[in-house]
Amino acid sequence: MKIKLKIWRQINAESKGKLVDYSLDNVEEDMSFLEMLDLLNEELILKGERPVEFDHDCREGICGTCGLFINGRAHGPLAGTSTCQLHMRSFKDGETIYIEPFRGGAFNVIRDLKIDRSSFDRIMSKGGYISTPVGDAPEANAVPITHDQAESAFDSAACIGCGACVATCKNGSAALFTSAKITHLAKLPQGKVESRARVLKMVEQMDEEGFGHCTNTLACQVECPQEISVSNIDRMNWEYNKAKILGKGD
Amino acid sequence: MIQQELREQLLDAKIPEGPLAEKWSRYKATCRLVSFNNKKKLDIIVIGTGLAGSAAAASFAEAGYNVKSFCFQDSARRAHSVAAQGGVNSAKNYQNDGDNIYRMFYDTLKGGDFRAREANVYRLAECSANLIDQAVAQGVPFAREYGGYLSNRSFGGVQVRRTFYARGQTGQQLLLGSYSALMRQVEAKKVKLYTKHEMLELVTINGKARGIIVRNLDTGKIERHGAHAVVLATGGFGKIYYLSTLAMGCNGSAIWRAHKKGAFMACPSWTQIHPTSLPQSGSHQSKLTLMSESLRNDGRIWVPKKKNEDRNPNDIPEEERDYYLERKYPAFGNLAPRDISSRAAKEMIDAGHGVGPMKNAVYLDFKTAIAEYGEDTIKERYGNLFRMYEKITGINAYKQPMKISPAAHFSMGGLWVDYELGTTIPGLYSLGECNFSDHGANRLGANSLLQACVDGYFIIPYTIGNYLADDIKTGPIDTSQPEFEEAEQHVIKNLEKLTKIDGDRTTDYFHKKLGKILWDNCAVSRSEKGLLKAIEDIKQLREEFWQRLKVPGTPQEINSELEKAGRVADYLELGELMCYDALTRNESCGAHFREEYQTEDGEAMRNDEDYNFISCWQYNGFDQEPILHKESLHFEEAKVITRNYKK
Ligand SMILES: Cc1cc2nc3c(=O)[nH]c(=O)nc-3n(C[C@H](O)[C@H](O)[C@H](O)COP(=O)(O)OP(=O)(O)OC[C@H]3O[C@@H](n4cnc5c(N)ncnc54)[C@H](O)[C@@H]3O)c2cc1C
Ligand code: FES
Repeated sequence: MKIKLKIWRQINAESKGKLVDYSLDNVEEDMSFLEMLDLLNEELILKGERPVEFDHDCREGICGTCGLFINGRAHGPLAGTSTCQLHMRSFKDGETIYIEPFRGGAFNVIRDLKIDRSSFDRIMSKGGYISTPVGDAPEANAVPITHDQAESAFDSAACIGCGACVATCKNGSAALFTSAKITHLAKLPQGKVESRARVLKMVEQMDEEGFGHCTNTLACQVECPQEISVSNIDRMNWEYNKAKILGKGD
Repeated sequence: MIQQELREQLLDAKIPEGPLAEKWSRYKATCRLVSFNNKKKLDIIVIGTGLAGSAAAASFAEAGYNVKSFCFQDSARRAHSVAAQGGVNSAKNYQNDGDNIYRMFYDTLKGGDFRAREANVYRLAECSANLIDQAVAQGVPFAREYGGYLSNRSFGGVQVRRTFYARGQTGQQLLLGSYSALMRQVEAKKVKLYTKHEMLELVTINGKARGIIVRNLDTGKIERHGAHAVVLATGGFGKIYYLSTLAMGCNGSAIWRAHKKGAFMACPSWTQIHPTSLPQSGSHQSKLTLMSESLRNDGRIWVPKKKNEDRNPNDIPEEERDYYLERKYPAFGNLAPRDISSRAAKEMIDAGHGVGPMKNAVYLDFKTAIAEYGEDTIKERYGNLFRMYEKITGINAYKQPMKISPAAHFSMGGLWVDYELGTTIPGLYSLGECNFSDHGANRLGANSLLQACVDGYFIIPYTIGNYLADDIKTGPIDTSQPEFEEAEQHVIKNLEKLTKIDGDRTTDYFHKKLGKILWDNCAVSRSEKGLLKAIEDIKQLREEFWQRLKVPGTPQEINSELEKAGRVADYLELGELMCYDALTRNESCGAHFREEYQTEDGEAMRNDEDYNFISCWQYNGFDQEPILHKESLHFEEAKVITRNYKK
């Protein structure tokens, strides 16, 4: 198949970028979206042009590195699918595809489609953990956790930290990302102990980074490749209010 | 042709005295310690934030050392440990099905075809229970029974249920656990984390590892970092085959550069080829996606009896299908171990029975299981995998058999380490998949997440103290020393060289070619003839690489192509060593199948008389033949037998 591309090119964070036109004539349906970009880059390199920089690593939808805004949607047209799992059979012969980086909130473009998401790590470092010492730990079966509890905690823990939620939110909010971790840990008995201190610190960091506020548009849930539910945000708000009203102690 | 010598003094495995079951506790009771106050005076560099690296960095920091942690991804949480699906083993015996440390030790040793060090393997099994406790304390949401207790499944090559899992994302959840422990220490300012930094050189001073040279991948800036000890936890190098289940950035560069500085490589050709990956669909393909081994519990593997069959699989009648695993290995059938299943698939494909557009796959069919249990049950068991399969291939596997194919997956080989996980360079340690330690010639499923975690959480925190106890008076390592200057200049020159060739071929061109040479000659099966040819071909390809490579841009900026080129330059050397390694082992064991050494019915023929050793390779200069050393293996407790999965 033949396709036309309009790709965001930007040399660094300070410079202004723009969409540049390319076309590819020998795209196959079975190619992944990123393999299509590989093909373009091969051509650019051999022509002596600068290839398109983009983020990617595992190419199987789990590391959360990839993330492109494709035709106006984070990770492209398919639900529950990250960019690296998207294939060209989802596009039509002759179609023009717009490719832009994830923008919004505290995300910055580093070059072309590569972005800086280090704000996510800083939010995590404020409390996205259980303060258990490494080395010796109590017997794993000492505290039973029901099947449903574990599965529900897993639903929140499945976040891959790609940032599609931020990129898709008109407010540039990181509420889905932050709430998924807060909820994962709050749902487990081991994590409950610190949940009040955790929610206050993580939310504070989220605001400090410059992410916007959540106004319940639910757009994040629609684009999340792991289909993380917005109910995590409700849980975060509940935990936050509880911590505010009752204090860290109680 | 290859120089072989035995320099035992260089290869002291440092196995503690005493009975197998007591070695590790004796070691811990008698090793030297660094007091809490003195740990503040000691710096440790950890390369890699996968399970092994993040576990080690968090443990060091908590103990009181100053830690610098490095990875090439933009977040520590993205290391390729994240991709592990199936599970992690532990001899908890929660199922009360007769599991214990000894059984797990023996299964692992036997699975590895008796080509691993007894004492190490025993310790792996011994520490396995502790890991599950640790992970649960961190909040890893392992699967649970309705009563609230942890659930288990079984994996290939064993008869007990000892695999713990978190849906099909066990690696992700374990990694998020160790990542969280790491980030907690970052917040406590005991770890300084450098993401998007790639290690390009090891710095040794007076024979000891004292630092590294790294490149900041966002700016191209070259940096020096000094420390009292350097720990490499840089993962597997299966990406050398180009097509593999590894991530695009996985590399052998850190260990290869350490190798060139004097660290020995052990059995680098021992690569696990996973039997159930998705097949290559065209020349554009960049990676192969793994389909979990668990599918083999209900899927039946077959090929058409007729060669070059074109009919739709559903139109091929039962009597024209060859369920070759069930036929050849009746006792284990579709659940035969990975090395055996991969080899059998390759045999069928090579004999012209392969299916799919490239004739490079075999069928994995759920028809029988769906007829027996109903589609809903199969959906409940494997729904997510069937969805993933449809996403990638566009095919509905409830209606048509899946097409699967063997793919390069796991590096059993790596840097040689002693019992303390120390390499042949004092102060340089190697953990996780990048070392050669516990898996011998074939790794059992769900044992490598375990090994990475155990190395990082439970072993290295003790053994590094035994070394650093001598360094409390050394003071900070000064990075203005000439050794740092020299290493930095070497790195800069090398990067310049890559960008200045300005030829007419891209890095991927060379990587794909190298991958093909290795896949054809040094993967599922190997032969003397093929390996000799491969060595020549790789030499030639390397020459072409340095003449015709084209890397756009400069080293002083973001440059993904330059990153790739550096990795492929190392692969072009490592690949040759792999061929030497396979060539000098005139036996078949585990994943190393030499066509010349097989039984009458085509099974691997091990030779314990002559090859009961680990091949340890010393670097001998660019384009020079490497030097082989041997670490003999001694089995004191385990009975060495021939693996048999037929009966
Ligand atoms: C698809 C897949 C499925 C798997 N499933 C299972 C399973 O179910 N059970 C099981 O037990 N095992 C499984 N494995 C194997 C297991 O996941 C790995 O062996 C293990 O996770 C390796 O961990 P590690 O910490 O050694 O390396 P990794 O997690 O690969 O981490 C390597 C780290 O090193 C860094 N690094 C590498 N080179 C450099 C450099 N030059 N400079 C700076 N940093 C560098 C990387 O950034 C990364 O942080 C699977 C593997 C794959 C590929
Ligand atoms: S590259 Fe890892 S999720 Fe897409």
